[in-house]
Amino acid sequence: MASEIHDIDLNEKFHFSDKAKKTLFIILGLGVVSLVIGILVEMLGGGGHGEHASLLMGNDALASSEPGAAAEGHAFHWWNRLFVDMWINNVYFTGISLIGIFWVAIQYVASAGWSAGFKRVPEAFGAFLPVTGVLMLVVFVLASHDMFHWTHTDLYDKASAHFDKIINGKKGFFFIPGSEATPSIPFFYYLRMIFFFLGWMLFYNLIRKQSLLEDVNAGLVHYRKMVTLSGAFLVFFGLSSSMSAWDWVMSIDTHWFSTMFGWYVFASWFVSGLAAITLFLVLLKEAGFLSIVNENHLHDMGKFVFGFSIFWTYIWFSQYLLIYYANMPEETIYFYERLNSDIYSKYIFFNLIMNFFFPFLGLMTRDAKRKMTLLKIVCVVVLVGHWFDFFLMITPGTLKQNGGFGFMELGVTMIYLFGFLWVVLSNLAKQKLIAVNHPMLQESIHHTT
Amino acid sequence: MESNKHFLVGIFNDHDILISGVKKLRAEGVKIFEVYTPYPVHHLEHALGYKRSKMPVAAFFFGITGTILAILMQTLMLGVDWPMIIGGKPYIAYPDFVPVTFELTVLLASYGMGFTFFITRGLGPGAVPRMFDRRATDDKHVMAIDLSENKKSEDEIKALLESVSAEESYRKDFTDEENNPNFWKFLVDTMTNGVTSSSRQLN
Repeated sequence: MASEIHDIDLNEKFHFSDKAKKTLFIILGLGVVSLVIGILVEMLGGGGHGEHASLLMGNDALASSEPGAAAEGHAFHWWNRLFVDMWINNVYFTGISLIGIFWVAIQYVASAGWSAGFKRVPEAFGAFLPVTGVLMLVVFVLASHDMFHWTHTDLYDKASAHFDKIINGKKGFFFIPGSEATPSIPFFYYLRMIFFFLGWMLFYNLIRKQSLLEDVNAGLVHYRKMVTLSGAFLVFFGLSSSMSAWDWVMSIDTHWFSTMFGWYVFASWFVSGLAAITLFLVLLKEAGFLSIVNENHLHDMGKFVFGFSIFWTYIWFSQYLLIYYANMPEETIYFYERLNSDIYSKYIFFNLIMNFFFPFLGLMTRDAKRKMTLLKIVCVVVLVGHWFDFFLMITPGTLKQNGGFGFMELGVTMIYLFGFLWVVLSNLAKQKLIAVNHPMLQESIHHTT
Repeated sequence: MESNKHFLVGIFNDHDILISGVKKLRAEGVKIFEVYTPYPVHHLEHALGYKRSKMPVAAFFFGITGTILAILMQTLMLGVDWPMIIGGKPYIAYPDFVPVTFELTVLLASYGMGFTFFITRGLGPGAVPRMFDRRATDDKHVMAIDLSENKKSEDEIKALLESVSAEESYRKDFTDEENNPNFWKFLVDTMTNGVTSSSRQLN
């Protein structure tokens, strides 16, 4: 079982090779080409969409229950779709980066030793947080009026025809809590966004600093500090991940709310993050790195992906079943918009197949979790599936009839993917790939399942 | 009546010594009847050459039986036998069936696995445990070697056990009564004298 123990090179470093860089540039190139094609298609062919949009929505009794959006009749431009695509990817990649830190933090708090050998891989994910943080702010500044219905200040003006009682009740959460005034800038919303990102980046840098110091000074001092930091991060993450899910995703459908939404977004993030970690381990191993990782570690990562795919399904279905069973119009609108739509209904079923049935059946057996090929396929499917999960959360409420999956979505996602891989891999190449002075490294080396 | 079984019992103090001992004895051609440990010892099953359990396959079939049973039951009850409109839904509303289907799948899978385990391991109702050495429930690892199944003589195996650092080794003979126990007698005995009364070796 442990015959390869003598072949482990503890001092190995990840080398970001020219070949890998070339592959990444191909992804970037294809992404840019796809994006340009998408924009051209939208500019030339999609022009008619905007005019029909209000007409289509007029027929749709439930869709017009968002009076502001229909009444104001935003003209649809190609850049609206571009910003929405960027928003989807911001939320998605922020999640994966965060889960990297979250996962490491869980290992420390749980005193887990089996993962000590490859903890540098999820740790590197956090390096992408500043990028998504800046992009999130920029997209919100540029395009908040097109994406977020609640940003229109006339909704809060009792004298205006657009006054909306429900949204007015949520004013304090977006603008200034406890104040009657409605400033044009949602201060409280910005404050949360900046606070969360700064908090996450602060924790990431503190944990990382200890992790790098441990490579130089052996002993338990840095380990103990990391346990404390991880505990603090988990508390902060528990609150901030839920609130950021309300802010960045749920507030798109401003009238609607779900008490499970924070969990739902977290579950989706967590599975994507776990699949990303597993995929990184498999690909790094295939490229000849991470000699410390063997099928036993992959088996446990496979269990994680399998288990949390079911967890995601549980959350997804619980949210769906309660809304379906209670049958209240203000709640059912969320699924009505998605299931009774020519554009989005097919993605709902696609989503369930990719994120539940595929990993459930694909990773059910012990052998499947120990084979790199199968793990690779399932992880890619899960990652794509959860991208579509976020697509389904964000697009129907923002683009309505003008949404869909096309070249533009593909292009933007590939460019983000390039950025993520570039940042994470260059971060991974900066230090030793294995935390050599981790006190539980031996446990990781001898880990068997 | 089966003839008396003769066993050689080896006591080990440390699980690493136990595993290397098991490997060495098997390499020498000794057939080991069973090893009893006070806690799960990793790799012992590999050292003993046990094949992987087929329990997951049984679990899958028990589970799928539960799934089919639950869907059929609810469809027939709510769709055919006594149709009712609940919450403005159709008679057969599959989303509503999911929780019950899930529960019945888990129920049948877990009970099925539990019973399969007891029956295949000979632990069904009426089974009387055969205790080699009661210290196996406390702090020692107990290895049992069936002498009738081994070609080597008792002395040879005893010497081998000593060579792999067994703490002690002794011969244990089960009487006819112990080999063919009366469950009711065992039950009464256990209830009057306590759980470990059936182990004669007190050392």
